Amino acid sequence: MKNNERNLRAVDRLTDLAGEVYDQIDSGKIPKMMIPLRTKGNIRFDPKSNVWKYGKAMGARTAKKLTGAQMLLRTMYMLEFIEDMIKDSKSSTLREMYYISEGWAKAKFSTQDESNMLAEDLEIITTCMREDFKLRPEEDGARVIGNVTIQEMDRKGKKKKINCRDDVGDSGYGMPYNVEKEKIQFVDCDADFLIAIETGGMFDRLVENKFDEDAHAIIVHLKGQPARSTRRFIKRLNEEMKLPVCTFTDGDPWSFRIHASLAYGAIKTAHLSEFLATPTAEFIGITASDILNYELPTDKLSDKDIQALNAEKTDPRFNDEFWKHEIDLMLEINKKAEQQALAKYGLDYVTDKYLPEKLTEMGIIK
Amino acid sequence: MSSIAHELAKKQKEISVSEFFEKNKQILGFDSLTRALITSVKEAVDNSLDACEDASVLPELIIKVEKVENNEYRVTVEDNGPGIVKKQVPNVFARLLYGSRFHTRSQRRGQQGIGVSAVVMYGQLTTGKAATVRSKISDEDVAYECDLILDTKKNRPDIIKEDFVIWDRVHGTSFQIHVKGKYITGKQSIFEYLKGVAIVNPHAKITFVPPEGNTVVFERATEQMPPPTKEIKPHPEGVELGELLSMAKYTESLKMTSFLNNEFSRISYRVAREICELAGVAPDARPDKLSLEEAGAILEAIKKVKIMAPETDCLSPIGETLIRKGLKNVLGGLTPEFYAPPVTREPKVFGGNPFVVEVGIVYGGELNREEPIQILRFANRVPLMYQQGACAITQAIQTVDWRRYGLEQRGGQGIPYGPAIVLVHVASTKIPYTSESKEAVANIPEIKEEIELALKHCARRLKTHLNKAAKKGKAKVKFEIVQDIIPMIAEKSAKIVGKPVPDIAGTITKIMNVVWIDDSVTFEKKKHHVSVKIYNYTPKSQALHLHMLVPYDKVDQKSLEVKPIEVREGNKVTWDLKRISSTEVYELAFDLVGVPQEQYDDNEVYVSHIDPASVIGVEVLPGDWDLEHLKITEEGPEETMDEGEEGEVDYDEVAEVVKNEE
Repeated sequence: MKNNERNLRAVDRLTDLAGEVYDQIDSGKIPKMMIPLRTKGNIRFDPKSNVWKYGKAMGARTAKKLTGAQMLLRTMYMLEFIEDMIKDSKSSTLREMYYISEGWAKAKFSTQDESNMLAEDLEIITTCMREDFKLRPEEDGARVIGNVTIQEMDRKGKKKKINCRDDVGDSGYGMPYNVEKEKIQFVDCDADFLIAIETGGMFDRLVENKFDEDAHAIIVHLKGQPARSTRRFIKRLNEEMKLPVCTFTDGDPWSFRIHASLAYGAIKTAHLSEFLATPTAEFIGITASDILNYELPTDKLSDKDIQALNAEKTDPRFNDEFWKHEIDLMLEINKKAEQQALAKYGLDYVTDKYLPEKLTEMGIIK
Repeated sequence: MSSIAHELAKKQKEISVSEFFEKNKQILGFDSLTRALITSVKEAVDNSLDACEDASVLPELIIKVEKVENNEYRVTVEDNGPGIVKKQVPNVFARLLYGSRFHTRSQRRGQQGIGVSAVVMYGQLTTGKAATVRSKISDEDVAYECDLILDTKKNRPDIIKEDFVIWDRVHGTSFQIHVKGKYITGKQSIFEYLKGVAIVNPHAKITFVPPEGNTVVFERATEQMPPPTKEIKPHPEGVELGELLSMAKYTESLKMTSFLNNEFSRISYRVAREICELAGVAPDARPDKLSLEEAGAILEAIKKVKIMAPETDCLSPIGETLIRKGLKNVLGGLTPEFYAPPVTREPKVFGGNPFVVEVGIVYGGELNREEPIQILRFANRVPLMYQQGACAITQAIQTVDWRRYGLEQRGGQGIPYGPAIVLVHVASTKIPYTSESKEAVANIPEIKEEIELALKHCARRLKTHLNKAAKKGKAKVKFEIVQDIIPMIAEKSAKIVGKPVPDIAGTITKIMNVVWIDDSVTFEKKKHHVSVKIYNYTPKSQALHLHMLVPYDKVDQKSLEVKPIEVREGNKVTWDLKRISSTEVYELAFDLVGVPQEQYDDNEVYVSHIDPASVIGVEVLPGDWDLEHLKITEEGPEETMDEGEEGEVDYDEVAEVVKNEE
């Protein structure tokens, strides 16, 4: 992969970072880095972009503490590794970098979560993106079915036009990890809205029931918590094709968070919210009210579920009447439901009844 | 007809003795095959150890258990004791309730005189075989050997066969019995029992030959005999009605006052007269004519009269040094992290009986961390194997809140969890057992309280150690930062920016700002190698006096580069370290030659002539070194590492792991 300006800018920023640490040691100080705190207490709503971003609270990563010292050492190794990659025009997956750290002695990561988090820290500090560091996720992007035509630059540098309804099989179009303009452009779109689905089972149900054609919809499979590329893809469709977006998930606290990260911005990547979140996205369900209204088959909330719901009550992103009501109601009925629980009323119920009802209610379809 | 009646009567008698045994199997310790085998070994071992101690002989015991057939085992216990004179052999081994110590009060293993005879009876009832005893006293050239059974009708020994044999021992006794039993290994096994015996009898050498044949030897840990236990007369406060009556009946005294004075401790003639007066019994009444009512009145009177507490110097605790040695000796391959210095309490009294409690705790290292702690219970130097739950020792352990002392315990009561062995020894002239099988100490409030106090005392020593270890652990973490991580950060950052590697001294002293002292001792090639490393992590150069407790005459002078400025009492050694530059590492090292490994396993290092707050890893010199011109600081070194600047949040500590969020 060839370097571009962004990569070269990243090298400059990273070198500056190493320079700061060097100067601190050279002047007899304890090396330290200040980083915005990535906690739910430090996300603020940005009225300009309508998404949640990091606030002003900063944390110190200092060599006075063992963890801090270790992370600083890892930072140095990671900087060196990234600069070497850029120099050699190579790239690696986050997982590969995690394995590369095997050779970093005391700087070795103990889990991939650690190395992923550090890569994000570097994004925040340098205001670069991990793509600029030549790091890419290993996860495959989500699937799309619906009448949208895109033009993808394939690996041989050839432009390929793909209609996500006519040119793909039943599993849909698979998103690449890079969905930026140089890779993907939207040529044409004929749909009324985009519906993002949490589970593969429900995605397939909608596809089999031809919901894309009948309801004039683009169907996207989120695969649980959506990857950056999935969120970015949805945001671009929303902005460039003026497509309303809605999320359809299970009815449990974790699914609420899926919607939050898609619509409001994720806590972990709040530095990129402006880039990834779709603030106009609507939540269809399953809501706690749905569980009651549709008399859905349920499971009891686990201790972890209850903890998660209670945590959401202090999450600023959920601080509105709709979410407060739904979270409290779920705690009250002490129940959760899967989206596929709608099958209680037959396989077509979700497409014939539930979705049309809910979408009309929200004004997405008329 | 009458002859039939006589026959029946005979049978009835026979039945009654075996019935007695059958009914009392449990309290005698024969209720299961496994336990019967252990009891057989135990009773014989108790006898042997008592005999050796009576004669002031360092005990050497050989215990052999052989499988004869299915459930039948042959148990042989051989000792190097004084031996038993020929006439007494049958009575000692094959007569119930026969013994020299039924009425005396002293700290003994055996107390009731049932012990080994019950084993003989159990053996003959279950296998039909006689016991074989061989004994030799040093006056004789040959040993006396006989086969014995117990005549259950008359409670008399029956000698089936006797002979004189050549035995290469100077003196000693060997007891062999066939019993029905079951041999097991693991918890509550003969091995565990003997291990327990070895812990509390570090002066004994015990050889065990188990059925499978791998001989185990518990070597002697000390040549020092426990001081002989003194016999004392019963203290009046502990006397019960029946006991008083039987003592009165068999006394040689002819008057009440002299009976009370002669047979009890702490009763003078004056006190005796006072008792008689209060009880309304004539002072010169004949004791053997004492009525039940009168005896009761005397007991009541005893309660009212002021009587001195019983003497307590008749007890023989194991002592701190020997408990430690005993525990070390039997842990074998397992290396624990810490032996809490054992605690021996002052003697106390319950019901007229003096008693003393001792506790030792072993902690950490290779001991099991996941299980409840191991409890070793001992009474008069006998390991208690069964009925753990019913024992006052266990109950006392369950009452203590071990969480305060660094062990896990749910809700602050019950048996704690963690890598620890707790040893409790109760010694008394009369151990109050819950039953005849002598497996559990009864819950007497005075005893339980003493056990609790001793446990807490010893546990505090454990806690002190754990605190110290935690402090050292914290310092070690910093050590890793400055020793390993900072140099690597310096090197990497230099490489990235393309500049020379910066000097890290300033950073290091800012992070640590202490003098860190790390000592070690290793044993190799019959030498102890002692090393004390002094890391000066302060921004200026430091001077200090280093003090160590070492047997200075054993220091290999060739290995010692810097000579001390003073050696007091042969082992209080002081070095004057005049200049250790900032970030310098100074090592003081030497070898010890000719010291047994276990006698020096931990360094005692102290410092003076330096601000104690700036030193980590050693203690400040304690007062008993009383060096001149030296102010003793009572305070230990304070935590000097400042944690974060005012109001600064640690990024890595607050970072929430937001799972399920990209």
